[in-house]
Amino acid sequence: MPPGQYVTEDFPVLSAGPTPRANLTDWTFTIEGASSGPRRWTWEEFRALPAETLTADIHCVTRWSKLDTRWQGVSVDTLLDQVEFEAAYVLAFCDGGYTTNLPLEAVTGGKAWVAFGYEGAPLAPEHGGPARLLVPDLYLWKSAKWVRGLELRDTDTPGFWEMYGYHNYGDPWREQRYAGD
Amino acid sequence: MAGTAVRGRLTWRPVTAAQVFTETPRVRTIILDVRDWSGHLPGQHVDVRLTAADGYQAERAYSIASAPGEPLALSVERLDDGEVSAYLAGELRPGDQFEIRGPIGGYFVWRGEGPVLLVAGGSGVVPFRAMLRERLRSRLDVPVRMLYSSRNWDEVIYRSELAAPEPGVQVAQTLTRSQPAGWTGYARRVDAAMLADIAWPVSRDPLAFVCGPTPFVEKVAGALTGLGYPPRRVRTERFGGMGGG
Repeated sequence: MPPGQYVTEDFPVLSAGPTPRANLTDWTFTIEGASSGPRRWTWEEFRALPAETLTADIHCVTRWSKLDTRWQGVSVDTLLDQVEFEAAYVLAFCDGGYTTNLPLEAVTGGKAWVAFGYEGAPLAPEHGGPARLLVPDLYLWKSAKWVRGLELRDTDTPGFWEMYGYHNYGDPWREQRYAGD
Repeated sequence: MAGTAVRGRLTWRPVTAAQVFTETPRVRTIILDVRDWSGHLPGQHVDVRLTAADGYQAERAYSIASAPGEPLALSVERLDDGEVSAYLAGELRPGDQFEIRGPIGGYFVWRGEGPVLLVAGGSGVVPFRAMLRERLRSRLDVPVRMLYSSRNWDEVIYRSELAAPEPGVQVAQTLTRSQPAGWTGYARRVDAAMLADIAWPVSRDPLAFVCGPTPFVEKVAGALTGLGYPPRRVRTERFGGMGGG
């Protein structure tokens, strides 16, 4: 267990505002900032991509950890394979205006997914459904709920919680909760 | 969106419990003696760290119950499985010491905008006390409407303060499980019809804060969206009964 965390059997919810209710017929996932131009998938196209099932521990900055959670999702590697780009950072953007920033290496190499299934069922809206970013190595606010795309960037820019004083990287094992930790 | 409420490194600082008040059978308010407190905004929280004699440490987050400029106060609800709340809302005595760091949070804060709608479930009322006291202390005339849901009368936190609100503040309460004789407030779980009664019309561009257990916040925030509140004007703070923000 990372320092300062405790195990919960629940799945608490942390969000800044109301839970968006997405209409799957309008839903798209977009990669912006690629030299090959923006790449967009509809929900049907996204779900036709090869998906993976994974088991991971997740760690929220509010100190709960949940062990051995099972997810289904499309690896970010699979999505990025379909564009040409040079970037050092990504900014995930979401329904409701939420954003979060990550270095490219935090979401490549089998470390991040766009998850649409949780414990064998479609991901519930309050937990980020229809799809959320899943980056289990980092505090859970980096696993942006209701994700609608990734912007590939040369430079880093703080996302929503990062602007409000949370840590820019958010490694639970180094207890990077707040700026300066 | 501007506002880095946390500046520089947040360091742990020792605090002493100066006074302890019993609010309800499960909730106590602790007035803290803290040196060089940098100040805070209503709605922010602090992290509390307890260290046992054997070095074991446990941390949780608690909303600040006091206005900026007042002695720092936390109101803590004792949870059945809460290792930190069991101490803070149980064994803690005046003179006891522990550590805090903060203030934390820059979104669920009130900077004096209005009109304001506050919707609280249970101990979700704590950050709203900080807002109401700030309104009073700073002589703000922002109109406030508050809807506060508790299970029963014994569990109503800040009962006497809420019984006599300042001019410009309207407080409506609902008791969902049992009501005392002569109760004139609501007597059911918060629903869309109740919010339609209480909430400012959207045309006034209100700012809503909703704080409580996750299912409560999900329901209220969804209902406010249904009434036409833009999602950006509905700020939420959820807790899962686990003491976390």
